[in-house]
Amino acid sequence: MIEQTKIPGESTDFAPPPPRLEKNFFRDALKELKKAPLSAKFGFVVIAIYVFVALFAPIIAPFGESEIVGSEYEPWGEGFILGTDNLGRDMLSRLMYGARNTVGIAFVTTVFAFLIGGIGGIIAATLGGWTDQIMSRIVDILMAIPQLIFALLLLTIFGTSIPVLISIIAVLDSTRVFRLARAVSLNVVVMDYVEVARLRGERIAWVTLKEVLPNILPPLVAEFGLRFCFVFLFIAGLSFLGLGLQPPTADWGSMVRDNATLITFGDITPLLPAAAIALLTIGVNFVVDWFLHKTSGLK
Amino acid sequence: MAKLFILIGKRLLIGLVVLWVVTLIIFIGVEFLPGDLAEEILGQSATPESLAAFRKELGLDRPMHTRYFEWLGGVFQGDFGVSLANQRDISELIGTRFSNTLFLALLAAFISVPIALTLGILAALYRNSLYDRMVNILTLSTISFPEFFIAYILIYIFAVNLGWFPSLANVNPNTPFWERIYICLLPALTLTLAVVAHMMRMTRAAIINVLASPYIEMANLKGMKLSRIILHHALPNAWAPIINVVVINLAYLIVGVVIVEVVFVYPGLGQLIVDSVQKRDMPVVQACSLIFAATYVLLNLTADILSIATNPRMMHPK
Repeated sequence: MIEQTKIPGESTDFAPPPPRLEKNFFRDALKELKKAPLSAKFGFVVIAIYVFVALFAPIIAPFGESEIVGSEYEPWGEGFILGTDNLGRDMLSRLMYGARNTVGIAFVTTVFAFLIGGIGGIIAATLGGWTDQIMSRIVDILMAIPQLIFALLLLTIFGTSIPVLISIIAVLDSTRVFRLARAVSLNVVVMDYVEVARLRGERIAWVTLKEVLPNILPPLVAEFGLRFCFVFLFIAGLSFLGLGLQPPTADWGSMVRDNATLITFGDITPLLPAAAIALLTIGVNFVVDWFLHKTSGLK
Repeated sequence: MAKLFILIGKRLLIGLVVLWVVTLIIFIGVEFLPGDLAEEILGQSATPESLAAFRKELGLDRPMHTRYFEWLGGVFQGDFGVSLANQRDISELIGTRFSNTLFLALLAAFISVPIALTLGILAALYRNSLYDRMVNILTLSTISFPEFFIAYILIYIFAVNLGWFPSLANVNPNTPFWERIYICLLPALTLTLAVVAHMMRMTRAAIINVLASPYIEMANLKGMKLSRIILHHALPNAWAPIINVVVINLAYLIVGVVIVEVVFVYPGLGQLIVDSVQKRDMPVVQACSLIFAATYVLLNLTADILSIATNPRMMHPK
């Protein structure tokens, strides 16, 4: 899909992270944060708010997740701050629970994608030879098929349950992580200290986790943000199509779909979940932008 | 030149292999269905005898590889089998829908490509200016918006409040050409907003990349006008990456139409595949995914070949 192409003008060579003492890590991070540009600060604030809402949704939400509290499509007002949805459930409460479900599932999926793709990529780069060839060709073929179409096909076959959804998207998305992890690891595995570790007779797990991984972490962290955005938008899209999270789970994509008729009456309530998706994606993008700027030494 | 043809031939061969693997994946995927097609159609209550009879009728009792080649042979002759949901011929279902989808994607391409190229060249010209930064933030935002969000915002503004365009893109084969364009404008605009950012950034990057080379500095030192340097010196060498990104975005458009079609209830292939996934109508999903995947693979292949062919260095090997 779209993000597999590299922008020719932008360098993909990342400088190794500067050595720093673990003890001072948090103080350093805070200091860096103070110097961050406005956009990155905005991004951090947005992410913090979302995490807070997601964690404490049951406490701060006025009503339950799928509790029917009023009649259908009630307008904004006293009892229901943002009105009610197509079944008479409180919109605000569902938005808060949606933060938990939609963001949570996207996060878990991204973590899995990174575990599969990251480990695969580093191993392919470290071992090289046939392992690398076979793994890379499999990834090539998986990436040649449009992701959405592949996901639709697999969802038809395996049905739409949350574990299936997470594993399908994690596997499809791990291909991109694999490519990046392999590309950056290739620069590291030729280093002398990796050679030394190999000659010492260290096992492959040691070489990948202790020697290679720490040195390719910054680009992977930045990629994590970008992949999260992509997965998040992807799941929202699937849910919007009615193929993602299934009711009565509150989910931003399906909330837009269920209440879309309101838009034709000039009511913007159905746009709120969509705006919630967009805001988080923009926030994460801002932070990633800043992080890439810092770690890649581009000035 | 011979080297060029060998390279292109290699790419074509890889493309064919990928297409073949795609057919394999799409076909074998169905074999993983819990139970099989016969159980899927007849449901839980079917007796073993009727299941066996139905399997025979569908040809499911024969080994997988013979069925695969039969299916593949049928696909080559435009025969995708029969829909489970309404027993209609799939090729009949797909025919007009595919041309509708192509129409929408092409319309979006006609709008987005000129806009993206102009904005990209301007951003490269005035880089690090206020304009460049504005465009940068704007593109970052449109990338962050889910497509259905853009679509509903457009509907809210242009269909509900201003009433300029219809909010549903309902076309049939008899709709006249210009009316069709008018009806499809909002969906096409949604797609445009979704792809313009990426194309623009790539154009900007490609041109800035070329601008950094010594021969441009030479032209600059000779005192040439900036517009001449950009159009006559930089652009010819930037074509390859630009063409590449344009075609890749066309491929993206073909797939990106799925959500937009659902929002605007546009009778295209995307709508069909989503409906069929919900109904678990396997043969239709197979046919649609094959068409989508094949178009996508072919367009990406075209992008590769064009970027090889337009690279001036490939034409004059040392």
